[in-house]
Amino acid sequence: MDFLLTEEQKAIKEAAREFAEKEFPKYAEECDREEKFPFELWKKAAELGFIGMYIPEEYGGQGLGILDFCLVVEEFWRVDAGLGMILSTTFGSEMIMLFGTEKQKKKYLPPLARGEKICCACFTEPQAGSDIAAVRTRAVKDGDEYVINGTKMFITNGSIADYYIVLARTNPNPPKRHEGLSVFIVEKGTPGLEARKLTNKLGIRASDTAEVVFKDVRVPEENLIGKEGDGFRQAMEFFNLTRIHVAFQAVGLAQGAFELALEYAKNREVFEKKLVDFQMTREKLAKMRTEIEAARLLAIQAALVADKTGSPDPGLTAMAKYYAAKIAQRVVYEAQQLYGGYGFMGDQAISRMYRDVRILEIYEGTREIELEVIARSILGRVPSRLKILRRHPLM
Amino acid sequence: MLVKHAASTEAEIRIGTDGKSLDTRGLEFEINDWDRYAVEEALRIKEAHGGEVVVVGVGIDCDPTLRKCLAMGADRAIKVPIDTGMDPYLTAKAIKEAIKGEKFDLILAGVMSQDLNYSLVGVLLAAMLDLPFATAVTSVKIEDGKVRVLRELEGGYQEEDVLPLPCLLTVQSGINEPRYVSIMGIKRARTKELREVKVTLGEPTLVVERIYHPPIKKAEMLEGDAPKIVDQLIEILKSRGLI
Repeated sequence: MDFLLTEEQKAIKEAAREFAEKEFPKYAEECDREEKFPFELWKKAAELGFIGMYIPEEYGGQGLGILDFCLVVEEFWRVDAGLGMILSTTFGSEMIMLFGTEKQKKKYLPPLARGEKICCACFTEPQAGSDIAAVRTRAVKDGDEYVINGTKMFITNGSIADYYIVLARTNPNPPKRHEGLSVFIVEKGTPGLEARKLTNKLGIRASDTAEVVFKDVRVPEENLIGKEGDGFRQAMEFFNLTRIHVAFQAVGLAQGAFELALEYAKNREVFEKKLVDFQMTREKLAKMRTEIEAARLLAIQAALVADKTGSPDPGLTAMAKYYAAKIAQRVVYEAQQLYGGYGFMGDQAISRMYRDVRILEIYEGTREIELEVIARSILGRVPSRLKILRRHPLM
Repeated sequence: MLVKHAASTEAEIRIGTDGKSLDTRGLEFEINDWDRYAVEEALRIKEAHGGEVVVVGVGIDCDPTLRKCLAMGADRAIKVPIDTGMDPYLTAKAIKEAIKGEKFDLILAGVMSQDLNYSLVGVLLAAMLDLPFATAVTSVKIEDGKVRVLRELEGGYQEEDVLPLPCLLTVQSGINEPRYVSIMGIKRARTKELREVKVTLGEPTLVVERIYHPPIKKAEMLEGDAPKIVDQLIEILKSRGLI
């Protein structure tokens, strides 16, 4: 894999690894148990430039590429998934970067990159997850303001965010159901905005999740991001970008679980032999490692295409997210199996990983949605290099 | 600042098929841990007193470690692109040649390298340059034209020394908390100088005859009742000079 990375990218990966290896163990167990967002760790990471690395330099970021950032994601998630979510404190900023006005970029991006403010993306609703065209939150124009009403669900950073990127319906009766949606920025403290932290999540418990309610929330029209009515398309482009991050989250988590299992298998003795000397264990380890490498290459490909062409390929991105998240399930499952009874106990990192890994096939497009995007890409219904252009000579 | 791109201590060492060398395939290399502390100390001295931190590395593939030092904050790097193998004298000589023409007040190095553990390159270089030196330094204070250091001795003792500048110090780990490499640092390193200096060296001073794994010593079980076991244990500890 090394041959795909530049010297600078290798340095970024190593810097992220050193930071995660030394800092994360101090917080991992406590933040998971107490469902606490690691503010201190997030600040430290921001001081070192790890937060919002892909935000352009003129807006206070590091101006680096998607792959550069994703290498950090992988290293952080390798040690702990919940803590790795500190990198998602800019989640939503991609919408401003892609579609925001110059004024919006200048105002909102620098504090996010500096680790002073936290962003959240409010798409999901109680009855609208993958099917985001089903959102019922309304934004009604009133003079030079929009009035927002509705409830958002499972919002990452919802109760700790300063900026809320909100998808709302501006046209209640559009010709097609995915039309008539728009995206707005709502700032913390705006009257009518309320967030309630959701607790008792299965995994990534260091990450904040909330229900966010908008009750007659008024925002100036300059808070509209992109074009009115263009929200669905904007959201699709947004996810094409952020799904690449998730692919690397999965690769990192799988790698971490694999390393734990390998070390355990080398030391654990059963039937007077090391666990690693059993053919059955060796097959497990060989398959795990192979699948991780395949997923990593797929994820790197998705990131490189985005970096080199300037826009992500929806099909490749979906493939990377689908496959990496899928193998992460398997790898963590088998890693825990190798741990046996110890892996079932809550104080083991592998047991936390077993809980953390499920989110990867659920958020930012379920496994089923990714497969649908891949199928549409193959069939040429979304623009992707996965479409087969030539007829096979034997057809 | 002397830095070594050394094999990771986590790496499993394999002996080469000739029985005289190490098989470095598959090994991971990183900055020698003692050097990490030395770099940090150099950067702190620079931040407090001004000056320039120049890192010097010997080895064909030592670039990542030199770049890491630049990312940490060093100003420029000198690379001597030769492989001196396990020969510390040759390494010291290479550094001596490479820094001819450099003006310096202080040379810092780690006490030893994490792969070979000789603790020799620093002191050999000091001798070659005819510089005063101190080893296993745990505290550095720059005073007017001199440096006050604490050295770690056996048995938890410390020794305070004052050395005139210029001099050479080998730094013990734990002297400070080395900083993390930041993304900003990595970006700043893009434009910093990494200069290759070619040197001609004589014959190796060290010839390796054989490399082998040490024979495995089996544990000794002490038999008898408790007082007898204690007596035997005391005898063993005494015979090894441990009590």
